[in-house]
Amino acid sequence: MTESPTQPAGPKPTEPTPADSGPVAEALEAHAAADTAITDFGIDTTSRTTYEAIGDYWNRLRGGELGAVPALLGLTVLVVIFAIASGDFVSINNLANLLQQGAGPMIIAMGIVPVLLLGEIDLSAGTASGVAATLLALHFRDHGNLLGAMGDSMFYGFVVGLVLAALLAALLRLWIGVVGSLGAVAVLLLGVPANPYLEMLLAILVGVGIGCFTGFLVAKVGIPSFVVTLGLFIAWYGVILQLIGAAGTVSVRQSDVLFNVANDSLSVVGSWILFVVACGGYAAVVGLRHAARLRKGLVAQPTPLVLAKIVGVVVLGAVATWLLTLNRSPNPALTDISGVPYVVPIVLVLFVVGTFVLDRTRYGRHIYAVGGNTEAARRAGVNVPKIRMSVFIICSAVAAIGAIVYTSKVGSVDGNAGNGNTLLFAVGAAVIGGTSLFGGKGRVRDAVLGGLVLATVQNGLNLLGFQAAPVNIITGLVLLLAASVDALSRRRAAAR
Amino acid sequence: MSEPILSLRGVNKSFGPVHVLHDIDFTVRAGEVTALVGDNGAGKSTLVKCIAGIHPVDSGEILFDGKPVHIHGPRDAAALGIEVVYQDLALADNLDVVQNMFLGRERLSGFLLDEAEMELAARRTLASLSVRTVKSVRTPVSSLSGGQRQTVAIAKAVLWDSKVVLLDEPTAALGVAQTRQVLDLVRRLAEQGLGVVLISHNMNDVLEVSDRIATLYLGRMAAELPTRELNHSQVVELITAGRSGDLGLARPDVVTI
Repeated sequence: MTESPTQPAGPKPTEPTPADSGPVAEALEAHAAADTAITDFGIDTTSRTTYEAIGDYWNRLRGGELGAVPALLGLTVLVVIFAIASGDFVSINNLANLLQQGAGPMIIAMGIVPVLLLGEIDLSAGTASGVAATLLALHFRDHGNLLGAMGDSMFYGFVVGLVLAALLAALLRLWIGVVGSLGAVAVLLLGVPANPYLEMLLAILVGVGIGCFTGFLVAKVGIPSFVVTLGLFIAWYGVILQLIGAAGTVSVRQSDVLFNVANDSLSVVGSWILFVVACGGYAAVVGLRHAARLRKGLVAQPTPLVLAKIVGVVVLGAVATWLLTLNRSPNPALTDISGVPYVVPIVLVLFVVGTFVLDRTRYGRHIYAVGGNTEAARRAGVNVPKIRMSVFIICSAVAAIGAIVYTSKVGSVDGNAGNGNTLLFAVGAAVIGGTSLFGGKGRVRDAVLGGLVLATVQNGLNLLGFQAAPVNIITGLVLLLAASVDALSRRRAAAR
Repeated sequence: MSEPILSLRGVNKSFGPVHVLHDIDFTVRAGEVTALVGDNGAGKSTLVKCIAGIHPVDSGEILFDGKPVHIHGPRDAAALGIEVVYQDLALADNLDVVQNMFLGRERLSGFLLDEAEMELAARRTLASLSVRTVKSVRTPVSSLSGGQRQTVAIAKAVLWDSKVVLLDEPTAALGVAQTRQVLDLVRRLAEQGLGVVLISHNMNDVLEVSDRIATLYLGRMAAELPTRELNHSQVVELITAGRSGDLGLARPDVVTI
């Protein structure tokens, strides 16, 4: 790398003028293939050979655009280490258990990705999810009588707060925030008897309402998101303590539906249906899009690479599904535990919807634009405050889904729900996966990969018999390592 | 000589007590490059912002295609076909060329982005401007050079069937070869029949690429003359003193500032 393409000043003797196409440019292109910088040669290419595509990818990696590679490498290394060190790690039972343990933080991490894409942060997502979990549990325990469960002041405070949240959302014409907040008010006031599905809905609606508040304070009042969410982080913790008490717990184990979300699995037939739908859907979407791009003469990946990706996903999916449909009960003679855990389709749906919204809709494009250059987005006519507010609504609502999962896994809600490490693990997961805290760079995929890495670390260390202290130290170091890899790669990219 | 597409008549603009623009007459013709020059603080940027709708004018008339128009905001200007390419580019680094060109005006099929349509339109526009310097329209802007970025920003302005393009110092931060690219592009815009306004401090660029030169001096239009009737030193005198021989503003004792 000898020349910096971003360096504005200085003559570039090798740079051909636009008229310089033809053999010279082609020769330059062949030469430039060995270089990571995209030099000024004059051919607009739409297709590359597989060899060129792999070469380009390798050059991007060397240039510091690591993408998912560090997380995947880290995951592989961790699995190998734990497999050697602990006989219990590589068992189907532990694989399912790992997925169920990791799903809650992973889902919260997925929700925080859009916030990080704007270069903002939501420190309150953890305790906000705790508030959602608390209301879910209280609604279940007291059969819908939230007035009795919460006490007068808390109950009316919530009602007024949620109505206010709806008004704030209406100010920015975020109708989903209005509907969500008013829906939560309706559930609070109606006092419908306990119903697990209604309770899960309540948790998500409360998440929407909380997000309206956070988002408005950041987007319209203009307080830095760090300060807003730090304040709310503490406030929501106080709310949970008030509702449950420091030593109290509210159990949801009596509800089969609530308990099974994170502890039960699809039937064997259901697992294979999930495999067919997920992998078939992936193959169809990727394959059809590739065919359409080729037909229209657009920039496209080489066909062999696309086919290899599809085959890879289908084979991996088939192997995972097959393993999970084996009986993994510790006492195979007595009980039969088999099938893909419910959390897998939950994570998959969120992953697919999130990726789709970010990549294929105008809204997602605007999130990336605001994260990349707020001023450019504003001049292009993007409603920046509305985008800002909306990502906090998404974050809190998805965190509430995460709360449903982790509440289900434990079977109860206590005064520390969503407190402590919950949020920081979620941010850590996104960062390990490759999302930038400076905004503009990141994908929902990062949260899933990073969540798997963190879940693997914790699960593996626990199996090896480590206590909380070393587990925390090692988890922290893994996060630091991931951040260092990101920083070094960015320095490398900037040095080009 | 072609018809004026945009003309300003007697435009005044004040910010509080500061009278920035005095009775400005300014004409942009289709198919011509009109250079707008002047020293720092002469009012170039204010004039551009008035045309772009960012600042409303206090008095005076704006004619577009011969008809009086009122520009109350950037959207009005865009609706008329007036596009401004700002000095600081206004591109998002993390998006690719197509995504940047369609930012804020994405084409949809259903509720999904119509990537195919946008990519084809972007390539058509770049091809029509004979831009052959971008390897692929799916290249992220962060990996482009300064000249390429400026090219993308200008192509973005052309994409919308615009009639007038205002370029605010498009070559200020560029090297020699990259400046060449951008100046060629400016000429091609005019050849396509657009009215082009080029703001620049570089006299060589201005004399080379423009058809007419409009000189602002302390908020007044000192002269608006065909480039071929001017030489380098005359333009510099017009910029620094407001007059050059018989050209420009009358003697200072008549001028009241």
